[in-house]
Amino acid sequence: MSEHAKVHLTVNGKVYEANVEPRTTLVDCLRHDLKLTGTHVGCEHGVCGACTVIVDNAAVRSCLMFAVQADGAQITTVEGLSNGDALSPLQASFRKHHALQCGFCTAGILTTAHTLLSEEPDADADRIREVLSGNICRCTGYVQIIEAVLDARAAYKQNPGAAP
Amino acid sequence: MNAARNVYIGHEVERTEDFRFLTGRGVFVDDYEPAGVWHAAILRSSVAHGRIGKIDAAAALKIPGVHAVITAADIGEKIPTIPIRLAPIAGLEKYLQPVIATDKVRYVGEPVAVVLADSRAIAEDAVAEIDLTIESLDPIPDWRAAETDKTLLFEQNGTNVATRYSVGFGDTDAIFVSAEYTRREFFRAHRHTAVPMETRGVVAEWDAAAERLIVNGATKVTFFNRRALAAMMQMPESAIDLIELDVGGGFGIRGEFYPEDFLIPFAARKFKRPVKWIEDRLEHLQAANHSREIDCELEIACRRDGTIVALRGCIYSDMGAYTRTNSGVVPAKAAQFLHGPYHIPAVKFDVAAYMTSKTPVGTYRAPGRFEANFFRERLIDMAARDLKIDPIEFRRKNLIATAEMPYSIGKLVPYENESAYDTGDYHAGLDKCLEAFGWNEKKHLQGRNIDGRYHGLGVACFVESGGAGPRENTRMILERDGRITVAIGSSVLGQGLETVFAQIAADALSVPFETFRVLHGSTTLVDEGFGTYHSRAVVMGGSAILDGAKNLLDAIRTAAALQFNCRSDDVAIEDGEIKSPDGRTLTFAALAAAAGPIEVKGTFANTKRTYSYGAHAAHVTVDARTGHVAVLDYLAVEDIGRTINPALVHGQTFGAVVQGLGGVFLDHLIYDANAQLLNASLAEYLLPTATDFPFIRGITMELHRSPSNPLGAKGAGEGGMVAVAAAAGNAVAAALSSLGVEPTELPLTPPRLWRLMKDAKDRSPATP
Repeated sequence: MSEHAKVHLTVNGKVYEANVEPRTTLVDCLRHDLKLTGTHVGCEHGVCGACTVIVDNAAVRSCLMFAVQADGAQITTVEGLSNGDALSPLQASFRKHHALQCGFCTAGILTTAHTLLSEEPDADADRIREVLSGNICRCTGYVQIIEAVLDARAAYKQNPGAAP
Repeated sequence: MNAARNVYIGHEVERTEDFRFLTGRGVFVDDYEPAGVWHAAILRSSVAHGRIGKIDAAAALKIPGVHAVITAADIGEKIPTIPIRLAPIAGLEKYLQPVIATDKVRYVGEPVAVVLADSRAIAEDAVAEIDLTIESLDPIPDWRAAETDKTLLFEQNGTNVATRYSVGFGDTDAIFVSAEYTRREFFRAHRHTAVPMETRGVVAEWDAAAERLIVNGATKVTFFNRRALAAMMQMPESAIDLIELDVGGGFGIRGEFYPEDFLIPFAARKFKRPVKWIEDRLEHLQAANHSREIDCELEIACRRDGTIVALRGCIYSDMGAYTRTNSGVVPAKAAQFLHGPYHIPAVKFDVAAYMTSKTPVGTYRAPGRFEANFFRERLIDMAARDLKIDPIEFRRKNLIATAEMPYSIGKLVPYENESAYDTGDYHAGLDKCLEAFGWNEKKHLQGRNIDGRYHGLGVACFVESGGAGPRENTRMILERDGRITVAIGSSVLGQGLETVFAQIAADALSVPFETFRVLHGSTTLVDEGFGTYHSRAVVMGGSAILDGAKNLLDAIRTAAALQFNCRSDDVAIEDGEIKSPDGRTLTFAALAAAAGPIEVKGTFANTKRTYSYGAHAAHVTVDARTGHVAVLDYLAVEDIGRTINPALVHGQTFGAVVQGLGGVFLDHLIYDANAQLLNASLAEYLLPTATDFPFIRGITMELHRSPSNPLGAKGAGEGGMVAVAAAAGNAVAAALSSLGVEPTELPLTPPRLWRLMKDAKDRSPATP
């Protein structure tokens, strides 16, 4: 327990160094060590998707990954999706379509949808539902989330791999 | 966006809250971490019913980073119990929960000890090192076992039956004796619960110098909870602040007073350190309120033409191990809402509540209603089938007519006054639902087996109460910069109140939406608040804001009169501009800059309920081989009187319907015969995902405003939930009608439906 390990993470373009126990999950490292609290913990065993972050271009459940496993990785969290105070097209679409209520699952849904549309800007409603089926939302019933992701596709088509 | 200048009510205004949530800048309770905080983890009983022997924390305390272990012995001579907030039914008060287990444990998950450490991980390590011995006693896994009183959960009470009562009106039993047609059925709703995405959490801070306690992470009913906590801590209420941060979903379960709401503040005061406890998902499923577990024997009496002449039934409610703050709501509302939207001359409902060795019960969105509507609407379909009457015509024949409003339902709740459905056109609700659903176009599919799937259509009518009193309060301040702060006693549960309250205030004051800053929930904001439950926030809080806005306009006139040197009656206010009789003008900002901030209060008092109503319709298919149900179309129609923000109301409807469908087909807290919860993780407790129920529609009507509040609004948070089991259950029954299958028990899982189909075929081998 007491043996700590040093990890170097690049999160939202900024380099961080953290001294963590080997058992520290990536999400706990992001939240507690790096104080990036936009990523949330919903179940701690990889079911709900609330903690999803983008690790080296893949949507990853940060509760199922140890921080030491992410050493050297490029990570994007919800805080890195917007450009300062300007919402990304995906975020703006969520706002327009009322695709969130309590906002707790939203970070994981945005990172999942961003990863999907970056790879598949033509994803149809079925495909979007399939990919987002790994993210539980208790408020919205998903209807407005799917509408928001569909509506955001245009921005990713214009700018393939639309990195924030 | 807006039809006229500064008109916001009725428009899909984008939410104020969304920017911070979309950018990860919300502050939920686990995001708040004061310096020097200790982290708590809780040792919970792994035994359903037992006597506590030894608790030895020596090994736990040796772990580096562990500071203390609290057990009942550390709390004091008398262990506080958690008071009843709602539904004080005689008898329930004898089963209150102590904030920590003392001599006995009565459910798996009951707190036994609290560890305080430098991190949550270390605290959890220490929990595992506490040597706890519990002598097992016989479990009481369900209400039938409880009823025998062979094993007593509370020996001193002499019985596990917490309460029995009877409500009704008319000569029900006599009508049954002479009725042309009667049918009695036994129904079951199963134990499940809300499961918001954010688990619960408490961060308590003790200010030793000022002897003040600050409790972060509160919501729903902060003022009640402060009163309860003050009594338990033997502190004045004024020395405690409950602070509402961002809230990750409510649905009934969050914000009630739980053991941790005492234990964590107690620890903070005892050790003069900030203490943080964040519930994990296992704890949430084991120890936060469960709901819905009700059995019901229901009997209907009709004339042969389908006219209902009487309804009677028994509610058997499994309350779990303790009466919590709102446990009594569940059986009481299940009984009340058996009546439904129908003209029924005589009803009689007997209610019995049983204590079992399972997690205590509390409310989950549409408490009692989800269950009651399932029971009644299923029985109506069965009666219609018996009488060879179309189930829709059966309902039309019995729905209460507009001319009968207000329609008294008498006193169906022992702790409430007589009540009456306020306004509505129940026929219009059903007609709208059928028309928009395309019932007639789909009718030919009813009961047909197409490619191995039976198609079924089901409909259900409902009436739903909202807007619980007695009051709500606001404080409104015109600030020096011209912005207006609206502080309100209503709580946020994630539903967008900052937006709808700003819409209401903007219309009332005729100034732009962006003028407002809405602060909510915390006990620091207003003198007295009543919070958010029973779909009351807009009805009560919104109406308080109207009163506050009126008072603010008066105060602005008075202040402006001094500036203008005229009579306040002669000051005109139009679209945020203040005008003197001689044509001088001031903006709100200029007035506040000159005269200082202007502060007023507003209040709204009302004890009459609002009654929304409507109908749901479902089109399902049932796989003939597996019993799997697919929902091909689902429509919820509700008249909520007045819509503040249609997008938010639709969101409430979609969310509620999908939660409801989860409750019908997926969610299930499964206990074994030893009262052990078998599926306390989200891997095993199934919640709807994006692929489960894609075809959801909602229609909001504004036909009949509520006369009981100046907005005319009725509650809008639960109507999407109330009739889901009813409509979906009827659709499944209709699908399987060729087999004679009548599902009466939830959830409608593939194994259950497969078994029903198989049993039906075994009974009648000739059935195709």
